[in-house]
Order: sequence, then structure tokens, then C-alpha cells
Amino acid sequence: MQKRLLITLTFCFFVSVMLFTTACTKKVVSTAPVTDQTAEDSTAQQVEEIAGDLEESTISEADAAALAAEALAAEERAAQENAAREKFINEDIYFKFDSSVLSLSSQDTLKLKGIWMMQYSDVSVIIEGHCDERGTSEYNIALGDRRAESVKKFMVDIGIAQERLTTISYGEERPLFLEHNEDAWAKNRRVHFVLE
Amino acid sequence: MLKKLFVRVLYCVAVIFCFEGSHIAFAGYDYIDITNPFLRKIPVAVSYFKTFSGNFAERKTAQEASDLFSSTLEFTGYFKMLDRAAFLEDAHSSGTTASNIKFYNWTSIGAELLITGAILENANRLEMELRLYDTFKCKLIVGKKYKSRLGDQRRIVRRFCSEIIEHLTGNRGIFDSRIAFVSTGSGHKEIYICDFDGYNPKRFTFNKNITLSPAWSSDGRCLAFTSYLRGHPDLYIKNLTQKSGTIVAKKGINITPAWVPNRFELAATFSFSGDQEIYMLTGKGKITKRLTINKGIDSSPSWSPDGRKMAFVSKRHGTPQIYIKDVGSGHVSRLTYQGRYNTEPAWSPKGDKIAYSGMCKGEINIFVISVDGRNLMRLTESSYDNESPSWSPDGSLILFSSTRKGTAGIYVMTAYGTDQRRLLSMPGEQTNPAWSANIYR
Repeated sequence: MQKRLLITLTFCFFVSVMLFTTACTKKVVSTAPVTDQTAEDSTAQQVEEIAGDLEESTISEADAAALAAEALAAEERAAQENAAREKFINEDIYFKFDSSVLSLSSQDTLKLKGIWMMQYSDVSVIIEGHCDERGTSEYNIALGDRRAESVKKFMVDIGIAQERLTTISYGEERPLFLEHNEDAWAKNRRVHFVLE
Repeated sequence: MLKKLFVRVLYCVAVIFCFEGSHIAFAGYDYIDITNPFLRKIPVAVSYFKTFSGNFAERKTAQEASDLFSSTLEFTGYFKMLDRAAFLEDAHSSGTTASNIKFYNWTSIGAELLITGAILENANRLEMELRLYDTFKCKLIVGKKYKSRLGDQRRIVRRFCSEIIEHLTGNRGIFDSRIAFVSTGSGHKEIYICDFDGYNPKRFTFNKNITLSPAWSSDGRCLAFTSYLRGHPDLYIKNLTQKSGTIVAKKGINITPAWVPNRFELAATFSFSGDQEIYMLTGKGKITKRLTINKGIDSSPSWSPDGRKMAFVSKRHGTPQIYIKDVGSGHVSRLTYQGRYNTEPAWSPKGDKIAYSGMCKGEINIFVISVDGRNLMRLTESSYDNESPSWSPDGSLILFSSTRKGTAGIYVMTAYGTDQRRLLSMPGEQTNPAWSANIYR
């Protein structure tokens, strides 16, 4: 319905412009007689100009569609990028009690993180090492440091420049879960990535 | 000829030394059994201090001072304080000196030691006379007269308690020591400092971040600790009086400072090499020497009183255990074999024992072991987590943190695990206690 209206309006505009230019040309002929050649030339030139105008409007319409599609794609891409970024930040690496050994699934997760970091070569990260509340606070800072270092070493081994990786150990000082059970402890024994 | 003279001089010196030694030993063994002083507590009567004028203010001071005296003395764990309700004599009516004390009134209620006192307050001066008697020998052991400003009774009481302990054990005790600890009362882990008995806690750091592991230099002038003030676990060394200090901020962790006794040097754990290792550094924060070379965690140093050996935690054989390193020879020996998680060693100031925290079945308890690996003793049990042991300067008491009441608090017990009690009550959680040497100000 709207499209039809648009077409009608464009047509009206085109007709009125045509009429107006013809009137103008006639006026020019009557006041200052010129050779047919010149008249024809100028008319041709003007028609061409009008045609140019028309063409422009058609192009702009095509442009809008392309832009809309592009915006949609960009939005999708941004959403994907965001999701990848969120995944990178939120996916923690977990450890067994009193251990800094990376499990096979942790290594897979870290490889994906490595791919992401290769895609965004300007990003630097902080690798945080955490422990559960068991054990003593002094030892846990050392253990958290070991966890962060073993993750850093893995990332360097798969090709991330070590200047982009900083480690920090929080020991048992920043637990995510405050319950005193194996479930909470397991989730607190983690390495967490933070974008710098 | 010259050789003969030398031998003779040596002989004289040896005789004097032996005499001196036996004299101190005699004074100690007479009352307190050094091998286990807490097996049998000495019954002590602290009579209410006599007032000279008898006016209300003076009586109040006298009563408070004698109560303070009782609790200060009781804190040591050596004594059993007799209930004043059972006393047959009232110091207000009788005397405070040997000539007018009826000692049978004290021996008949079981008192072996008697403390009498007299107080005089005038203008802005406070005078106190304090005496310790052996009730069976009807003899004065030590008596002192103190003059100070008004309101200074706590200092006087502590001074005389030191006197008593010195006469009974041969050393000055703990009454001039202080305790640093971590509390979350402000919403962040900050370091606080209080007196040996938990009195007068004052906040020391205002970092508004995680601050941990306070460690006293042996002259009590400096405190080293770890703080995340700049976002990383850095090592801070602060002079308490001059308010000056240094920060050691190497890459990685900068933790577990431990001062070498009687030196302006300390050991601490750093991981700038990629591995957690113990290093020696000056009190100004300059690293001078690497003390451990081993893949895996090495941390938490604690020094023998002579500064020649260092106990520390190492994971070199799979689980965290306590090891001892002879710094001169470089020889390392493993101390603990029982359990799979032994950390936080604390070498007794007497030199013969090491306290540590060990985890078993998810519970952490305080253990004490002889330096030769024998006489392993568990001091706490079945009471949730008991961590961070720290010895009193005379080696008679151990501070630790415990979650036995839910939230973590600072507790104190004798070196044999008896008389476990809470040191102080404050908002938040208290951890990481560190006992200083006696600091004479």
C-alpha cells in the first residue's frame, strides 16, 4: 500500500518536472532565437540531468536496503562477538583440591580462549588464580599463583604473546560461593580471565 | 706457666657460670616445673589492695587494680587464682607486710603464693606497693614500690607481673609484648595491633583492600605484611614509630614475611621466577639471596631463635609438608610425615619445638613437634579450623585463629594445648595473629 503511494508520488513528481522544463525551454526559444542545434543540445542535456536525478533516487532506495541488511549483519556479528567475549570472560578453569594441573577439558577451553585472543590481537588479559576456603590462607596465595601461572604457560605455549598475559593470585580471599560444601569449593577453585 | 694461668682463669669463669646458671634454674624449678609448667597450676591469692586514705576513688582504683592483677597473672596459664570469697583475711584490716600477715590464714585455704598491694592516690600521682610472698616459707619473694602518674595502674600491674614471672621462671614473660592480627571489621581485611592480653586494639592499616600476614621484627619496631593495596599481593615493610617504610612489588606474589631474630633481615616468598621460592631480603627490601631452589611451592619461612635454620613449607614431594633448612650448610630435611597437608610452621622462641597447622579429614588443627621430628602433639581438636599458630616471646603460650564459634576469632592456649580461650571480641572475623617480642618503651 505504502509502496504504491510512493510510486504514484514519484510519477507525479516526474510528470510535473517534465512539464516545467518544457515550459522553460519554450520560453528560452521565444525570447532568444537560437539554432536548432543548440536548442536540441540543451534539451538533451536537461533530459539527461533529469534522468540522472531519477537514477539517483533509485540508487538511494537500493542503498537503504543494503544498509539495513548490513546493519542487521553487523548487529548479528556484534551479538556473536559479544557472546564470544562473554564466553571468554565467564568460562572459568577449574582445579582439583591442592592442584594446579590443567584437565583435558580445561585445555580445550583454553584453546578456544587462545583462538579468541588471536582474533583480538589488541586485547590483554589478567589471569586470576583462586582457591577454596580450605587450607591455610598463606599457602593458598601460593597455590592460586601456581594455578594462574599454569594457565598462563599453556596460553603462551599455544601462541599468545606473554606480554598480553598478567597473573594475579587471590588465594582464598575472593570466593564466588560462600557455602561450606564441596559444590561451592569446586566452583571456587578456579582461574578467571579479566580483560585489561 | 702461662698455660696454667689460662686454665685457672677458665676454671674460675666456668665456676661462676655454673653458679649463675644453677641459681636461675633453682629459682625457676622451685615453683614452676619448666618441663610442663601447666600440669599443675600454682594456687595464688591476690588480696584486695589496701588503700592509704580509704576514700571512695582510691578504693575503686584499688579494687580495679587488684582484679586487673588477677586476670593479668592468670593469663600466663601458670596459676590458679583463688576465690576471694574464701579468703580468711581482709587486707583492709590486716597488713600487707610479712610482719603483720598471718600466713596460716593463707596456707589453710590452699594458697602457695600471696600477693598484697597498697595504693596511694594524691593530686595527680599514683603510688603502688606490691609484694609477692611464699606463704609456706613465710617469706617475701619480691616487693616493689612504683610511683607514676594517676591512671597508670595497668602499666604498674604489668611491670610487677613481669617481676613475678622473672622470679619464678627466669625470664620476663610476655607482659610487654603486643599482638598484630587481621580483622574484617571495617569491611576489608586490615591489620590491627593490641596488647598481649587483647587489650586496646587499634587499627594499623587503612588500605581498604586485602591486607594479610603481619610479621614483627624482633625489636618490635617494624612490621612486614602483604597487601593488595596496588592490586597485587605486594610486600610492605613499615617502621611503626617513624611511619616510614618500603614496598617490594615483584611480578607475581610477594608474601609470608618472616624476620630473622635479632637482625634487620627477613625471608619472604616471591614468584617472579615463575616458581614460588623463598628469598632473603634486607629490612630495606633489597633481595640478597635465594634460599630455596626447587620446582613447586616453597613458602612460609620461620626462623630458629639463632637464625641459623629455617622451617618452611614445601610441596616438593607431592603434598605440602614442613621442612627445615640449615642455611649455612644448605642441608634440607623433612620434618613432618603425618597427614597430607601441613603448613604455617612457627619455630618456638625457646628453639626446641615447631608449631604448625595440619589438615586431616577436612579439619585444620594446631600441632607441635620437636625439631628432631619426635613428640608430635595435637593441641586442638574437633573444633573446625584452627590456623596460624604464633608463639609468645617466652615460648609459653600459642596464639591461633579458630572458627569454633562460627566466625573466625583469635584464641590463645598454653604451649601444651591447655587453657584455650578467646583473646578478644571484635566485629568481623579475626585471623593471622602474630605475637611480638617484649617491646620496652
